[in-house]
Amino acid sequence: MDKLVSDVLNGSRRALARMLTIVENERDGMQEALAGLFPHTGKAWVIGVTGAPGTGKSSLVNVLAKAYRNQDKTVGIIAVDPTSPFSGGAILGDRIRMTDLHGDKGAFIRSMATRGSLGGLARATRDAVRVIDAAGFEIIIVETVGAGQSEVDIVRTADTTLVIEAPGLGDDVQAIKAGILEIADILVVNKADRVGADQTVRGLRAMLDLGHPSARDRFVSHHGRLLRVDGHESKKSDVIDDIWLPPVIKTSATEHNGIDELVEKIAAHREHLEASGEAEILKSRYIEIELHERLQTALMQRLTTGIANDILQGMIEKIRQRELDPQSAVDQLLIHYT
Amino acid sequence: MAVRAARVLIAKPGLDGHDRGAKVIARALRDAGMEVIYTGLRQTPAMIAEAALQEDVDVVGLSILSGAHMTLVPRIREAMNEAELEDVPIIVGGIIPDEDKEILAEHGVIGVFGPGTSTEHIRDFINDLISAKDSNG
Repeated sequence: MDKLVSDVLNGSRRALARMLTIVENERDGMQEALAGLFPHTGKAWVIGVTGAPGTGKSSLVNVLAKAYRNQDKTVGIIAVDPTSPFSGGAILGDRIRMTDLHGDKGAFIRSMATRGSLGGLARATRDAVRVIDAAGFEIIIVETVGAGQSEVDIVRTADTTLVIEAPGLGDDVQAIKAGILEIADILVVNKADRVGADQTVRGLRAMLDLGHPSARDRFVSHHGRLLRVDGHESKKSDVIDDIWLPPVIKTSATEHNGIDELVEKIAAHREHLEASGEAEILKSRYIEIELHERLQTALMQRLTTGIANDILQGMIEKIRQRELDPQSAVDQLLIHYT
Repeated sequence: MAVRAARVLIAKPGLDGHDRGAKVIARALRDAGMEVIYTGLRQTPAMIAEAALQEDVDVVGLSILSGAHMTLVPRIREAMNEAELEDVPIIVGGIIPDEDKEILAEHGVIGVFGPGTSTEHIRDFINDLISAKDSNG
């Protein structure tokens, strides 16, 4: 495993691919490998790309990555596609759209399946990002699956989160609904060559105007709930320049329009986070949340493996018979096993 | 080890637009619980080798209906070997004459599946391959 770690650090692509498999499958040795890689992480800028299915995320990632390659920056991509809830299998087809990067040693694309559990995916994605980061890639793009809670989770892995919209997916009421739009650092209306793009842009801008800038909080998912994290509690909250208002930009991935502007906005967002000190505040918060999650997972594992099956079955039976309520059962278990 | 999903690359090399077979296979393997990385049409040998490397797949499946298998397969094998993927096997689906199969075998093709092959057969073939690989460490 030490050899594999040093091979990853020395830029071996095969070693990187193998390490990603180990991390994804939680194979033996994963923990020591990640511990070995961790000191070399934290250098990459991580861009999360999320949005509804069919908005053109993969195509946009393709041209965005190409733009960074033209700036001579190395790019790692993690593209997530859904696992079938029935068979556990998956078709990972994001590479189909990423053909501009082929033959380029400065780019590395890895497909990942969601594999059922969102918590597990968040863990695997975060660790995969760290592996690619340690391998020396300067920009890491994480493309999420089309829908759901996992899109909100991306906030904690990404430094800059792009939410991709496309014209004609819904009326302006869709735009003011809560959810993934709120996590965007940059809103992208892709497929802007299509009819209705300007209307979509107007709808999104109107949505952003409704939210007062000083009330803009960071939202993070914690223990399965969304928590509001005040983004400026430790800063001078009266400085209006400190607040990042998500820009709305139009792109057309297939016609290569708006990509330069997107790259500029991402750079501006990075500058904003670093200059305002928000970057460091967010990092500390995300580490805290990660520690909580890992602690929760570890405790759960320890507890559930410690509880004898017959005791558990007995409790299930009692609860079913209404002799015991679920919370009291948990309290009893905790007394015995902690 | 927590999860072990077989990872299979399904690619269509060369100038051959008939991807229905590849899609059917991809779907069948998905339904068999495998993770199928589908690269789409018109892949060059270098692209296939690169995708196999980055995705760390257990096996590469090529769908070839153009008749160019005797040209394409050796080049893909060569590109994969250059990428240090000597240990990653290739299987081929498509219209392959019997007399070509032996020659393909010499180029490291461990399975050829012609028209009429059941998807169950291909699934079992890959599953056996994976369990043999895992038991050898």
